Amino acid sequence: MELYMSIAIGVLFTVGVYLVLSKSLLRIILGTSLLTHGIHLLLLTMSRLKTGAAPLLGQKADSYVDPLPQALILTSIVISFGVTSFFFVLAYKAYQKLGTDDIEQLRGKEDE
Amino acid sequence: MSLLHLVIILPFIFAFGSPFLYKVTNRIHTGWFMLPAPIFIFGYFLSRVPKVQNGESVTTAVPWIPSIGVHFTVYLDGLSLLFALLISGIGSLVIIYSIFYLNKRKEALGQFYIYLLLFMGAMLGVVLSENLITLYGFWELTSISSFLLIAFWNQREKSLYGALKSMLITVFGGLAMLSGFLLLYMMTGTFSIREIIANAAMITEHSLFIPAMLLILLGAFTKSAQFPFHIWLPDAMEAPTPVSAYLHSATMVKAGLYLVARMSPIFAGEASWFWIVSATGIVTLIYGSYRALKQTDLKAMLAFSTISQLGLIMSLLGLGSAAAIFTGTSESLFYVKATMAGIFHLINHAVFKGALFMIVGIVDHETGTRDIRKLGGLMSVMPITFSVALIGTFSMAGLPPFNGFLSKEMFFTAVINIMNLDMWNMQFLSVLFPVIAWVASVFTFIYSMLLLFRTFAGKKQFDKLEKKPHEAPLGLLLPPVVLGALAVVFGIFPNILSYTLIEPTMAAIHPTMLLSGQQFDTSIQIWHGWTAEIFMTIGVIAVGTVLYRQHQRVKVLHLPLFSEITLNKTYDGGLRLLDKGAKGLTDRYMTGSIRHYMIYIFLFLIISIAITMGISNSVRLDFTQYAPMSLYEAVIIFALIVSVIAVPFARTRMMAIILTGTAGYMVTLFFVIFRAPDLALTQMIVETVSVTLFLLCFYHLPKLKKELESLRFKLSNFIIALGVGVVMTLLALSASSSRSFESISDFFIKESYNLAGGKNIVNVILVDFRGFDTMLEIVVLSIASYGIYALIKVNLTDDVDRVGTGY
Repeated sequence: MELYMSIAIGVLFTVGVYLVLSKSLLRIILGTSLLTHGIHLLLLTMSRLKTGAAPLLGQKADSYVDPLPQALILTSIVISFGVTSFFFVLAYKAYQKLGTDDIEQLRGKEDE
Repeated sequence: MSLLHLVIILPFIFAFGSPFLYKVTNRIHTGWFMLPAPIFIFGYFLSRVPKVQNGESVTTAVPWIPSIGVHFTVYLDGLSLLFALLISGIGSLVIIYSIFYLNKRKEALGQFYIYLLLFMGAMLGVVLSENLITLYGFWELTSISSFLLIAFWNQREKSLYGALKSMLITVFGGLAMLSGFLLLYMMTGTFSIREIIANAAMITEHSLFIPAMLLILLGAFTKSAQFPFHIWLPDAMEAPTPVSAYLHSATMVKAGLYLVARMSPIFAGEASWFWIVSATGIVTLIYGSYRALKQTDLKAMLAFSTISQLGLIMSLLGLGSAAAIFTGTSESLFYVKATMAGIFHLINHAVFKGALFMIVGIVDHETGTRDIRKLGGLMSVMPITFSVALIGTFSMAGLPPFNGFLSKEMFFTAVINIMNLDMWNMQFLSVLFPVIAWVASVFTFIYSMLLLFRTFAGKKQFDKLEKKPHEAPLGLLLPPVVLGALAVVFGIFPNILSYTLIEPTMAAIHPTMLLSGQQFDTSIQIWHGWTAEIFMTIGVIAVGTVLYRQHQRVKVLHLPLFSEITLNKTYDGGLRLLDKGAKGLTDRYMTGSIRHYMIYIFLFLIISIAITMGISNSVRLDFTQYAPMSLYEAVIIFALIVSVIAVPFARTRMMAIILTGTAGYMVTLFFVIFRAPDLALTQMIVETVSVTLFLLCFYHLPKLKKELESLRFKLSNFIIALGVGVVMTLLALSASSSRSFESISDFFIKESYNLAGGKNIVNVILVDFRGFDTMLEIVVLSIASYGIYALIKVNLTDDVDRVGTGY
């Protein structure tokens, strides 16, 4: 399972980076959100998969999965949600004001 | 804190007072207020002469940064006393001269005297410092104050050019010197010059010895305008003449000589020191005297003359270092003569060159030009100026009975002596010394005569001058007359100097040379019999006179050789190239394209992680510990991969958003499978909200244009992206297959209920064990929402418009 998860993470990173390198502002933001997914899965995979029950003590299981990475990921999800939403509105606003979402056209002028 | 410290600080105190005095009293020339400082200092150092003569030296220290051995230690021995007397004595005369030279209404006198006294204090600091770091501090202060003084008339383009050039070159040398000092510190563990000298024998074998020597010499050569670092000195002539007289003939340019003399006890005795110092000196001597011949501007002529004379002294200091090899034998005293000649000429040069600069300033002041092609026949109009000029130039040319004659004779003695040196198998090179010295002396003779007779003799051409020439006022004449008189006195009674100043200086430069009871033979005779030196001088006069007479016809004096390949062009070209190169380089990688910067970042990430993994060999695949995979999981992974790969191929904006959303929901399913119910919940809500938000935003925008990206563009992006993906996959594998220690989560699982009273461990961690994370994450979320609100609501450009139209 870890092997396939690692490959999936690799695919998420590949596509995320590819999108980040493209010209369209929207694609860049989508790329960052794919990168975020990749990171979350990486965090989860690094702590071993499926080693026990869900981390709820009511289950009275012998072993539970590691709860710490889950807490970290939960924090990360919320933060990346905030950041991505902000980026989105920023990109939308930039598009409205400047009439383009081509990052190459948003380049600064010479000798600024 | 001693009187010696106060003496160094005194000029700084006066410098601070200068602008106030300038503002308060505009009726009295500010220079008069400044004059007491150097006169007092001069008097103080004169009173120290008898003590130093008896071999007593003064050391006092004020702790500055004791933790690293940096103290403000001052040390007075023969060498520093000699320089201190020159600095304060000529400093007093220069201030008197400047009072009459600078107009108190037209010039910014407050600034001038700040800079000048700053320089004076710094220079005193250089020669009196016993600590290398303090020495360096004062050294740079002389560079800075010299920079300010050269650019005193800062509305002139040429002044600024000259100031920048001298700054760049001397600071370059200064920094090299600092690293040399640090190497000395590394070898000996102390910054104290005398302690280093005491350990000198120990460090000669050290591997850092030669680098330290070269770096320190670089500092000395740049400061003292030695070939090829002399180029700043002629351009520094844009400074007011008092400055040229003081800094660029008598004091600052001798700081390098001081350094060489001061470091001699450490480095002398090494063949490389001997050869580098004397060869650089002799090359500078011949080059400077040759270039001086071609100048038509009086100050430029004097600048090249200064360069050549500094070369002379430098080579004498180098030749004198040969004595260190024969320490304790009778031979050593034989070579010590060279050092003596160097010191004697150093004094003489300061005297006559100071006088000559002041004379040139007077000529400039009274006629309005310094061009010898326009000057002539001033002898009858300016008799006093002419007399001093005659003394100065004859002394510079080395004619009796002036002081330059004696030091030139001693110079010839030294270069002849060096032929006896049968060391290092360099016999043929040492023959070159007398030859070059003689030729340079001929050149010196010619330009001295040109300087004198072109200006003061010949036909009068006053119609070319801006002003009607007349004799200078008494105050302007006094300082050069004093210096001229000294040149005569030192010429006729040289022994005034030899026992009071030269001998203690020798003792400072060659501290270990003397056996007990021995003494340096420093008596100087005016007439020393029919020796080779006399014939050389007669030859110089004869050949020089002939060449001077035939000056217009002798081609060698007019060859454009050096004006074509001048080092200035190299310097200017080098600076331009540096500018262009730096701009080109920056333009090349700072393209303004975010994509390029991202590529740098990702490439660095790939390379650094790949190399680290390769070196540490951390990817170990251990399939046995992996969890098994069921069909459901396989389907989800497949769906995730497919939806993710489809995103770049999406034609419309809408499609791309939905595909990304799909990937998000697949991640949610993973959270379900991997027993993370809270994560699954949050992820689903967040994904839903974001997709809704994105769709809301972009629904109203026009359709995405088909991207017209070249295949090459896509391919390069893809290669980099693939690199990152592969690296991350390997990283994930190596991370999940190795665990060096147990997780701390056991604690959370065990104590979640006992300590926090909660059964949902993840939630307990979030709000109890690690509640701070959650608090700040809430802050992040609120900042983001405020930011979004502000982005939508606040519209500054419209506000500006509204204000512009006045509502």
